[in-house]
Amino acid sequence: MSKEPVAVVGIGQTKHVAARRDVSIAGLVREAARRALADAELTWADIDAVVIGKAPDFFEGVMMPELYLADALGAVGKPMLRVHTAGSVGGSTALVAANLVAARVHGTVLTLAFEKQSESNAMWGLSLPIPFQQPLLAGAGGFFAPHVRAYMRRSGAPDTIGSLVAYKDRRNALKNPCAHLHEHDITLEKVQASPMLWDPIRYSETCPSSDGACAMVLTDRAGAARAPRPPAWMLGGAMRSEPTLFAGKDFVSPRAGRDCAADVYRQAGIADPRRDIDAVEMYVPFSWYEPMWLENLGFAAEGEGWKLTESGVTELDGDLPVNMSGGVLSTNPIGASGMIRFAEAALQVRGQAGEHQVDGARRVLGHAYGGGSQFFSMWLVGSAPPHS
Amino acid sequence: MPEVLKAPLVLEFPFTRSLGPVQSAFLTGLRERVVLGVRTSDARTLVPPVEYDPVTAEELRDLVEVAPTGTVTTWAWNHAPRRGQPLDTPFAWALVRLDGADTALLHALDAPGPDTVRTGMRVRIRWAEERTGAITDIACFEPYDGAAPRLTGHDGHFDNAVTGIVAPARLDYTYSPGRAQSAYIDALAGHRTVGERCPACRKVYVPPRGACPTCGVATAEQVEVGPRGTVTTFCIVNIKAKNLDIEVPYVYAHIALDGADLALHGRIGGIPYDRVRMGLRVEPVWTEGARYPDHYRPTGEPDAQYETYKELL
Ligand SMILES: [Zn+2]
Repeated sequence: MSKEPVAVVGIGQTKHVAARRDVSIAGLVREAARRALADAELTWADIDAVVIGKAPDFFEGVMMPELYLADALGAVGKPMLRVHTAGSVGGSTALVAANLVAARVHGTVLTLAFEKQSESNAMWGLSLPIPFQQPLLAGAGGFFAPHVRAYMRRSGAPDTIGSLVAYKDRRNALKNPCAHLHEHDITLEKVQASPMLWDPIRYSETCPSSDGACAMVLTDRAGAARAPRPPAWMLGGAMRSEPTLFAGKDFVSPRAGRDCAADVYRQAGIADPRRDIDAVEMYVPFSWYEPMWLENLGFAAEGEGWKLTESGVTELDGDLPVNMSGGVLSTNPIGASGMIRFAEAALQVRGQAGEHQVDGARRVLGHAYGGGSQFFSMWLVGSAPPHS
Repeated sequence: MPEVLKAPLVLEFPFTRSLGPVQSAFLTGLRERVVLGVRTSDARTLVPPVEYDPVTAEELRDLVEVAPTGTVTTWAWNHAPRRGQPLDTPFAWALVRLDGADTALLHALDAPGPDTVRTGMRVRIRWAEERTGAITDIACFEPYDGAAPRLTGHDGHFDNAVTGIVAPARLDYTYSPGRAQSAYIDALAGHRTVGERCPACRKVYVPPRGACPTCGVATAEQVEVGPRGTVTTFCIVNIKAKNLDIEVPYVYAHIALDGADLALHGRIGGIPYDRVRMGLRVEPVWTEGARYPDHYRPTGEPDAQYETYKELL
């Protein structure tokens, strides 16, 4: 029996900001869920199950917050489950929800991811002082910067590429009312003049710390037929993982990422992603990850990704727009960041992305990754349902 | 074989919480010695209050005062109070349904012994002397046979409401790095770096984990690596990290010790930070009594060719 086609019929986000002191965690997730239901013109009663994700409990120090959030998400008396895959969790959460629909376990599923970084301490949660172990010698960026240098060495990319990505993403964010950073006076010179924190990563090339939530309503073919607005159809979705550290690990282009993308393309019948996919919303926490992921996801040959960035292909009006929403570089509630990527891909093919809409976007990839590059999740969504 | 190491690991952190309108009113009420519940659409009063109706999922905002007296609905005796609990002498954990409420609140009940506590007994709140807008403003419950006092008729609106709290978290573990890492640490004491080779893929892991993460098999064969190695990639750290007493800028590098199949991380010294490069040959520098090398310094050898370390970035 073939799978049930999965459609995105509702999307809701909070306005992402540095601190939402006016709401509890319950109030925050509720806001995104209500907006997704309103977009789908559905009520709590129409939802069969809730699938929720967030980054590790230790970030906010609330153990198993999903239990206390059941009331706020109308989940009492329904199946509710939590997905837990570090920074990629927003993507994995959406895929678990999608699989419940595809398997015809549930007809309509609310999926949601969140993080309240203002009440969290991610740095502490990630760098606990373990006895006998050498203390970490650098902050968050210190983990990523050596990989960026490795990419530059391997590809011969000029050192200007990172600033170009940051300048593009921050300008895209100005067109997205939900984005956290709205730097109205941004210039390329300002990005290039920002302090070098972990050389080769500059301050302006790093992601902010945000409070926010993102929710989607996923449904089956019958649900999509009742939807008031055009649905986004899932054409392929996959997750892959690999160890954080192992002999032969390629941090610049992790195999789990390549394999995950290949699986999505196979499901969707994509022969040439660069030709067949109209736009990409990818998880870029530090600007240099744009060219790195362009190669990892098969949009450019190895060592060539930076040329797409440099030549303007990834600009909002380019041939392959990347991070139309402003990306993680402009908004980063960690647990929600993956789902925001997936939701942006869906918004684009629904034609609902407003000022950051890519004209005629018919197939868009949403990408999330997390941890020490050990979790990947991706989906490809389209404006037309999958062939079956 | 050296002994497997063990050490206490205590993690503590003061998390902040934004309360939202309902918990804000509830905790501010406690500060003012007023207990507030919330009214649901089916006319029940929930204490402690919640923001969203557990039955209908509707938003709840209708706050109502309940009495500081109530009835124990069930309980369990706590023989040995632990750090941070409401009382430091043995007490009962009790669920108390306050007069006017339809649900019960969990708190401590101060009683002389388990034979003095029963389900159905009447109790009242003993208020803390200093109240800040926290659940600890209720010091505990105590047995009480008198009548319920008159309510103040409070509507839940306060001046100077509490909008956030600090919720300290503490976890107390015994940590052990296990057999393989204990042997590694033991060898480091003699300034030797000893990894383990995977019997399947032959890769040498430093530090060893006792198993190969790609082959999924146990490792046992010990292999000494280093002491010299190659800087495979690095970054220049320009901002001081918390809890790190290192002058910036400094170089944080991935170093592949000779004979190891993946890089470990270390600081590079003995050379200006802007002269460090990929391929630089380095050796460890030890300081008295330290478990790990303080940093790595150039050996003076010619740089390693990129081809020799490009798989070890
Ligand atoms: Zn192996």
